[in-house]
Amino acid sequence: MTATTSPIPAPATAAVHRARHVNLTWTVRDALAITQRNLITLMRLPQLLVFATIQPVVFVLMFRYVFGGAIKIPGVPYVDYLMPGIFAQTVVFGAVSTAVGLSEDLHKGLIERFRSLPMARSAVLVGRTTADLVRDFFVILLMSAVGFAVGFRVHTNALAFVAAIGVMLLFGWSLTWIFAMIGLKSRNAEAAQAASFPPLAIFTFASAAFVPVASMPSWLQPFARNQPVSVTISAVRALVLGGPTLHHVLASLAWSFGIVIVCAPLAVRMYRRVT
Amino acid sequence: MADPAIVVTDLVKHFGDVPAVDGVSFDVESGTVLGLLGPNGAGKTTIVRVLTTIIRPDAGRATVLGIDVARDPQAVRTVIGLAGQYAAVDENLTGRENLKLIGRLTHLKNKLIDQRSDELLERFDLVHAQNRPVRTYSGGMRRRLDLAGSLVNHPPVLFLDEPTTGLDPRSRIELWNVIGELVNDGTTVLLTTQYLEEADRLADQIVVINGGKVVEEGTAAELKARLGQTIIEVDANDPALAERVQAALSPLGTATIHDNGERVALQVDNGPKAMIAVVRALDAGGIEPAGLEIREPTLDDVFLALTGQPATPEARESSGDDR
Repeated sequence: MTATTSPIPAPATAAVHRARHVNLTWTVRDALAITQRNLITLMRLPQLLVFATIQPVVFVLMFRYVFGGAIKIPGVPYVDYLMPGIFAQTVVFGAVSTAVGLSEDLHKGLIERFRSLPMARSAVLVGRTTADLVRDFFVILLMSAVGFAVGFRVHTNALAFVAAIGVMLLFGWSLTWIFAMIGLKSRNAEAAQAASFPPLAIFTFASAAFVPVASMPSWLQPFARNQPVSVTISAVRALVLGGPTLHHVLASLAWSFGIVIVCAPLAVRMYRRVT
Repeated sequence: MADPAIVVTDLVKHFGDVPAVDGVSFDVESGTVLGLLGPNGAGKTTIVRVLTTIIRPDAGRATVLGIDVARDPQAVRTVIGLAGQYAAVDENLTGRENLKLIGRLTHLKNKLIDQRSDELLERFDLVHAQNRPVRTYSGGMRRRLDLAGSLVNHPPVLFLDEPTTGLDPRSRIELWNVIGELVNDGTTVLLTTQYLEEADRLADQIVVINGGKVVEEGTAAELKARLGQTIIEVDANDPALAERVQAALSPLGTATIHDNGERVALQVDNGPKAMIAVVRALDAGGIEPAGLEIREPTLDDVFLALTGQPATPEARESSGDDR
């Protein structure tokens, strides 16, 4: 230790601290700092990247070539029908890692230190959900590339496809706030994973993601058709395949904003109370 | 004399029905080190968490540099540093990135963050490892980085929650030296520890807590003096024999069994004179001890006498986290 060579001068806090109280600028900057930290973690942990990218790609290939032959959708090639569903599955599965990552952080000393810093209380959550949004964006780009390679075609136009991805990502971001609450309530990362599975399975598989809702039992159809994952898939399909669009897109945006407006403040409140 | 840097008054914090901190009061003078000494579950960490605004007190009042921790936590956060027993650093970030992150979240200017990171990496001997992820660091390096992290914003008040728990003796002494320098530079330190040697060496003032209450306070010398002048130590080498020794010596002073029930410590005022009485008492009881010595009291004796629990590492490990 070279402790004697570089003495720390006497405390001079007045000059050092610019902002005693958190304002909007600092709220944004704090969130960005945490976002960056989470993205660095994602880049440095190969297993996270593999989980985030390889798995969705495998799903595209599997549904395209393994199950695709057995599922007939009238009037549209299955791969074109499939891709919006796979996008949705990706953002839902991605939201699970929000719960897991947050739960891991909470039970390390790091968050304990964060609580003693003059940072915005919302930053840990906003930084987590924003980093997961960035990850979703790259995964969806990668999956689109794979999709195009195996025959996926946009029936509308490039602008509508960009809009479709925007709608999907916004919905994915809203889901990360729900799963953030699961992460905050879980005792550890494994518990967060386990607690995430039931909603994940219900919302992705009892949806229009892979098969038409009309093929499901009649008691399940009202739920499968109107739950937010299906609503968003319908919006994305309309944008990609054509047909009546506006109604579906507005319904999806309403769900996304509604979820964020309700869940984000709740999650921040839960974060403040976690001891 | 300046106002105390930390003032704690009748502090209470419950977890459910359990009072973790039950009416604790103490002051820490500016520029001094206060050692909070106590066994696991005594409430030490809870006090630190209240003072560092991580949790809110249920009752009572606490101020840091005159700022109320419950009323204006945001202002308190700008004047404190916290280093904990868990080494609160990010495994996947490099050493430098960790310091930078804390600097950003403390709202320092970028230039100052870089300058402080350089200084601290140099000071804590982490320059060679600054660009490696922390998961490649040793325990001692992590702890040093953790302490460096708590100093990024130049806090005038520093909280160290069991800063050397789990460290090897060499790393511990290195950390003690650094803490000593910080105090020389005018930093006020509140230190929790279970190592009596640590409190003895670093703390100007010691507060012993047990069961969420203050059971004793004073300087290390005062605490020892209150125990009596001298300790006569009988090594029975056997718990059953130790109990017989305790019974035989009780008329002579306070006899306490410790060291896994194998030794008895007797507090006396006049060592040589008491020694003769001890030998007679043992002889009369037909007891042949394995060892017999006169020694000065240590903080271990204080701890044992005040809390009824030994402050050994074994005891610490078996009782888990101190919340």
